[in-house]
Formats: sequence, structure tokens, C-alpha cells
Amino acid sequence: MNAHGNLIALGTIARREIVRILRIWTQTLLPPAITMTLYFIIFGSLIGSRIGTMAQGIGGAPISYIEYIAPGLIMMAVIQNAYGNITSSFFGAKFQRFVEEMLVSPMPSWTILAGYVAGAVLRGFMVGLIVLAISLLFTRIHLYHPLVTLSTFLLAAVIFALLGFVNAIFARKFDDIAIIPTFVLTPLTYLGGVFYNVAQLPSPWKEISHLNPILYMVSAFRYGLLGISDIDLTWAYLVMLAFVVALGALCLSLLHRGVGLRS
Amino acid sequence: MIGHEDIESVKSGRLYYALIPFPAAMTNLSPRDPALDVVDLRKTYATGVEALKGISLTVQAGDFYALLGPNGAGKSTLIGIISSLVNPSAGDVHVFGHSVRSDRSRAMQLIGLVPQEINFNLFETPLEICVNQAGFYGIDRATALLRAEKYLKQLALWDKARAITRTLSGGMKRRLMIARAMMNEPKLLILDEPTAGVDIEIRRSMWKFIEAINAAGTTVILTTHYLEEAEQLCRNITIIDHGRVIENTSMKALLSKLDVETFVFDVADANVALPQIADVRLARIDDHTIEAEMSRTHDLNSLFAAFTAHGVAVKSMRNKANRLEELFVRLVDGHLGGAGKEAA
Repeated sequence: MNAHGNLIALGTIARREIVRILRIWTQTLLPPAITMTLYFIIFGSLIGSRIGTMAQGIGGAPISYIEYIAPGLIMMAVIQNAYGNITSSFFGAKFQRFVEEMLVSPMPSWTILAGYVAGAVLRGFMVGLIVLAISLLFTRIHLYHPLVTLSTFLLAAVIFALLGFVNAIFARKFDDIAIIPTFVLTPLTYLGGVFYNVAQLPSPWKEISHLNPILYMVSAFRYGLLGISDIDLTWAYLVMLAFVVALGALCLSLLHRGVGLRS
Repeated sequence: MIGHEDIESVKSGRLYYALIPFPAAMTNLSPRDPALDVVDLRKTYATGVEALKGISLTVQAGDFYALLGPNGAGKSTLIGIISSLVNPSAGDVHVFGHSVRSDRSRAMQLIGLVPQEINFNLFETPLEICVNQAGFYGIDRATALLRAEKYLKQLALWDKARAITRTLSGGMKRRLMIARAMMNEPKLLILDEPTAGVDIEIRRSMWKFIEAINAAGTTVILTTHYLEEAEQLCRNITIIDHGRVIENTSMKALLSKLDVETFVFDVADANVALPQIADVRLARIDDHTIEAEMSRTHDLNSLFAAFTAHGVAVKSMRNKANRLEELFVRLVDGHLGGAGKEAA
């Protein structure tokens, strides 16, 4: 197919994903809104009010605990939903076998991957906006660096969409797409500096935390919204870009070889 | 959700510019290239099962071709490789000259596949499924909407275009898969058991549709367990068994190999002494039924004359089995000349 045809095919997959997300909005958009509201109430308002100032922001303004965790909570929702969208959607297509509609078409592997990643990023964006709107009910959010905020969101959503795609390719039953979020994604998110500053951790936990890729995403996103970060921004971008390249190459290789898809 | 208003907006001309054919669909087809050329195709699965043991066959452009074989013969594997759902272990497949292995995109552009199992999203509507399928082939949305309307109407599914597909009957689901396969207007349509579980009325309407598609120039490959379907529709035939081609010829040539036929006679009273006729084996089945197995060269007049002489009043007669069915069983069992040999 030529470039125009590929764009139509990519748009078709992305459009189908959006229709799916909106059709089952009670499963895709409502749960993160409820969960994050509870996080803001419990950790932000109730517990956070007793913690006090977490850091000094731009101009020396104190940053309260609820302000400090808001970027992390938005990023957590984006990560979980980008991952969850692609695993459930692509595995569902495998399970019901309608993935074959795409496999017998002239679409190249990268178009299939890009279409599903676009769908996951769009869900991450929708959920991110919802959580941002909820956070504004509890605290003030400043957008200090819009480009950093947007690029970090995009890179994080793409990374976890690609990871979700790998999970969906290898999954043989629905249990297989629940294991990674439960035993890997959630612990890494909680240990990724969403609720605390990793600089405050004692050794070796502080150093170990730097092996967690989510730390770089949360810190860069926090920098975009609050102007402060636990991690050097250059390192954060290098780590995120490395993950995008490595995971993208892995996904394309798996698709090209038909792993889990073609016998 | 796609609505009828989308299609109306295309028809009214607001989106008519988009009806210009998509260039990728206009792949140049050489008249010299066969529709399908399978060359020494082999497939061994990871489990060690050798599904295809060197299959070669050629389907000419415009043909209506039957691909038959018992369960487990390798038909689905062969179709899977042609449609790129299965990776071959060795050999190659060319679709109008384009290799499935080295020129997959062009080859797939020319194929439409109706698989054996239902494989569409049960939560989408027929209209969404057809329009999305066209999108996967790079066909713009305006053209896709018009084609979806055309094929859903031709397959009597238009009134269900916006119904959730899991609410459709089995026959409707089968027809939807044909409509979906037509969205890229393929040059080679592969139908894997398209009428399985479909009642005879709908089956005949599907035959008419497929015959019309073939008459319009689309090459059709059909696998079916309804052998009268293959006999009625197909001009050429390949029978495979245990991963090998055991017969590859024209339907006419194959049927001419059948040297014996069995007729069933419904008679007023079968409790009479049956006549002795050379080259005819008569058997009383019950009080009102007689079976006659006879050479195809034997005329029926002498048989009727013998019946009349013995006071057997024939009320009606019919073939015991479909001719192709009888041949198929003999070929697969190895009871016919040439059986078990690999065709060129």
C-alpha cells in the first residue's frame, strides 16, 4: 500500500479504538475518574493536609502534598489506561479472531502497531484530561512547561502502549493480561515517586528507584506542571526515548514474525 | 457509529470526490499470470505435525475452483498460507504473479477471504465491520460506505446494517463475512466452507451471488463439505488428503472417471423375484425399495424392460449418492485409478 493508503488504514484502526473507548465508557473512562477522586480525597485532602510542604516551587512558593502528587496521579492514570487499552483491545481482537481482518489485509506491521498505539494514547489523553479536571477541584495546577508536559505525556503513553502490545501478543488467556498490571505495573507506579520524593529515600532504595522507568516519567511530568523534578530532565528524556525505540523495534519484530498471531 | 446519513451524504455528492479509486487497488494484472500458483508448499507446525507435504497447484484467472479434502487434509493450512495467516515452512504462493512471501502487500490487495469460523467483532455492526475492512485496504471512507451499502444489500443484510452482529442469525453472519470479503473488490475470492450450517434457501441465494461475482471476472476458490455445491458451481477441482494433492483436474474429467452409479427405485412392491441382468447388481432394500448398481455405460431401458417383465411397478427413481461424493469417497479411500498419486 502507498502512504495515503497506510494513513487511511491507520486512521481506521484509531477510529475503531475511539469508538470502542466511547462505547464502553463505563469501563474505560469512569473507573479512573472514581479511583483518582478517591486518591485526591484520601491522600491529598485527608492525609496530605497533615504532611505540609513537600518542596519549594518556582519563586520559592511552597508546594503542598496534594499539589505534589497531582502530576504523579495524572501520569499514573495515563500509564495504566494506555497499557490497559491496548492489552484488552488487541487481546480481544485475538481472542475473537477478528485480528485476522487486519492480518489478511495489505497493511504493513507498522500500521497495525501505530493504529493501536494511537488508540491507547488517545485513551490516555482522555483519562489524563479527566483526572486533570478532577485535580482542579482539589488543588491549583500550574502549567510551567507545556512542551515538557505534552512530550512526557506522549512518550509515557507510547511506552506503556508498546508494553501492553507485547503483553497482548504473548497472552493466551484473559488472566495473562491481568498479571502484568497487577504484579509489575502497579508496584512500579507506587514506587515511581508518585506519592513521595525519591531523594528522601535511604540508600540503597534511592539508587534502586532509579532503575524504575516510571520515576523518569513522573518526574519529567511534574517538572512540566510544577517546575520541579527529582531527576535530571535530560536523563528522563534519554530513558524514555530509549524505551520507545527498544519497545517499538520489539513490537515490529514480533508482528513481522507473526509471534502469537500467525501459526 | 456509522449511520445511513453518512452514506446519504456521499450519494448527495458532498463527498463524491472521494469515489476516485484508490491507486493501490489498481494493481496491474498481467493476463499471463495465473490467479494462484502454489509451488511445492510445505508446512510443518511447531508440534511436528506435517500439514502440507509439497503441494503444487495452479488456478487460472476467472476460474471457479473447488478445493476438497476430508477433515485434517490440509485445506485450512493451505488457505491460511495463501491469505498469509500461516507462515509456510517451504515453497511459495503467487497471487497474480505476486509472491505472498516477498510481495505480501500486493498479493493481499488482490485477495478476499471468507474464513470457515466467524471472525468479526461481535459488538460491531455489519456496516462498521464492512467500512473498517475497506479501511484496512486503504480504501477511503466515502467509497467504503457505498460499497458496504452495495454488498450488504446484495446479500440481503441491509436491514440489519446497524444491528449488533452478535444478534444476527448464523446465516446472516455467514453472509456478512462474504460482504466483508468483497469490500476490497478482490480479484481472487477464497471461500472456506461459506455455507456451513446455512439452510438451503439461503445457501442457494449465496450460490447465485458467488456465481455472479465469478461471472463478473473474479476468480473463486471454494472449499465445502456439500459436494453437490462443488459439482454444481466449480469447473476445476483439486482434492487433497494428508497434505498431498491426490487429484487435480477439471470437474468434467473427474466425473467421467466414475464408472459405476447406483440408482434407487421406489416401487409398488419389491417382494418379487428380482431379474438377473448382466452388469447390473440389484438389491432389495425394503418392501418398496430396490437398489441397482450398474456401469455408467449400461442403458436404463433394458433395466426398465426387465422390471416390467417381472411385474415390478416403478413409481420413481433417483441417484443414490451425489456423483462427486461417490468419487470423493473412492479417491480418499484409494479405490479409484490415480488415487494417492500426486498431481503435477
